[in-house]
Amino acid sequence: MNILLPVIVLGALGIIFGLWLGFVQKLFFIKKDPRIEHIFSLLPGSNCGACGLAGCYGLAGALAKGEVESITCPIVHEKEREDIAKILGINMSEVEKRVATLICGGGTRCKDNFQYYGIEDCNIATLVMNGPKSCLSGCIGFGSCVKPCPFNAIRMGKDGLPEIDSKKCTGCGKCVKACPKEILILAPLKKMYSIMCNSHDKGADVMKACKVGCIACGKCVKICPVGAIELNDNVAVMDYTKCTNCGQCIEVCPTKAIGKRETNV
Amino acid sequence: MDYGKFMTIAISAIFINNFILTRFLGLCPFIGVSKQTKPALGMGAAVIFVMTLSGFITWIVYKYLLVPFGLEYLRTIAFILVIAVFVQAVEMAMAKLSPALYRAMGIYIPLITTNCAVLGVTVLNVNMFFKKDMSIGFSFIASLLQAFCAGIGFMLAMLLMSGIRERLDLTDVPQSLAGIPIAFIVASLMSMAFLGFSGFKF
Repeated sequence: MNILLPVIVLGALGIIFGLWLGFVQKLFFIKKDPRIEHIFSLLPGSNCGACGLAGCYGLAGALAKGEVESITCPIVHEKEREDIAKILGINMSEVEKRVATLICGGGTRCKDNFQYYGIEDCNIATLVMNGPKSCLSGCIGFGSCVKPCPFNAIRMGKDGLPEIDSKKCTGCGKCVKACPKEILILAPLKKMYSIMCNSHDKGADVMKACKVGCIACGKCVKICPVGAIELNDNVAVMDYTKCTNCGQCIEVCPTKAIGKRETNV
Repeated sequence: MDYGKFMTIAISAIFINNFILTRFLGLCPFIGVSKQTKPALGMGAAVIFVMTLSGFITWIVYKYLLVPFGLEYLRTIAFILVIAVFVQAVEMAMAKLSPALYRAMGIYIPLITTNCAVLGVTVLNVNMFFKKDMSIGFSFIASLLQAFCAGIGFMLAMLLMSGIRERLDLTDVPQSLAGIPIAFIVASLMSMAFLGFSGFKF
């Protein structure tokens, strides 16, 4: 009996307060757009922020209000994408899937200027004379891009370069922000070829520092049938909007500074 | 009735035993919502409302429900229930009446539920005003007054802090101290200033 009294008292309190709260809820009822919850349930819910809004709920709200024209989420699956488009009654303009792409082929093939003893973090190592690598824009290889990835899509490979799993990568761009050397970019998944060098040094200096650097010879520029490659400040730059995946550039490059990605995703 | 006593309770709750700066209760919203004056004012108003009403309800619950049944030991859970209900009600009302304020305060509205200042004032009321020689009327009014004045003290501290932090935004704070760290330093300085009130004797 002793236990019954507190149970009854607290239970009664709970019921009275519950009823009162229900009454208040009715009194201050807000009409919410029911589509927001529906769209939110279809979005991936990883809150990665790749859409440029504050999490998946932010995108759902913006979509329902019409503040965002197209579904800017890069990771939502095709089926869910169509469902959301149906809910909104809009015509879907497809967003091309982009993945993080490394534009440095150096790693262990790039010489060290000095031996670095310190905290193994790219950003910290960069503070010491721009890092141990003899190339100013060479990958240091401590893997500061690995940790921020929310999808475990990056790991450090044997050649001192990060390997990106383009199946897992969603193109949220967190690794791009983390890299102090700015050698991670977001490139369209369907485009297979990338210039694997971002060094603006003169050809001869690049040759001294790295076996696979771009020496700006211009052979790829000449052979590209669609003019997708340009020389810009001593390095070849790929225009992914023009590239047709023909692969002629990779054959003529004398230093093998052009990389190919397998795209069977 | 002894009006001098009410005066003492009011001054004590607002200044001498200020809930944030002397008792160190409710520090989470004090740091979290004190970046700008307007949300700080809204937060203070919400806390005053919740404190006063929960002081009122908890007094009734304690006096006429827990004491007669000999369930004083349930006061924490019963008080938390009361506070949670009031916070929910405030949240609903605020979302309807002032959506801008609702967005500005964000997560901190539900966090009033776990704001120890609110639970602290109700428990203090029970400790201070349920002595045998106190009349029911005095106990009730004193509890309500202390709850209300604790809210005023909370709002006062919030307003002072937000005023300082608005000016801090424009100053050149060392990078390692910018943001929350400097806010803590300011809070401790303010706390020391409020310590000066503790010399007052009534």
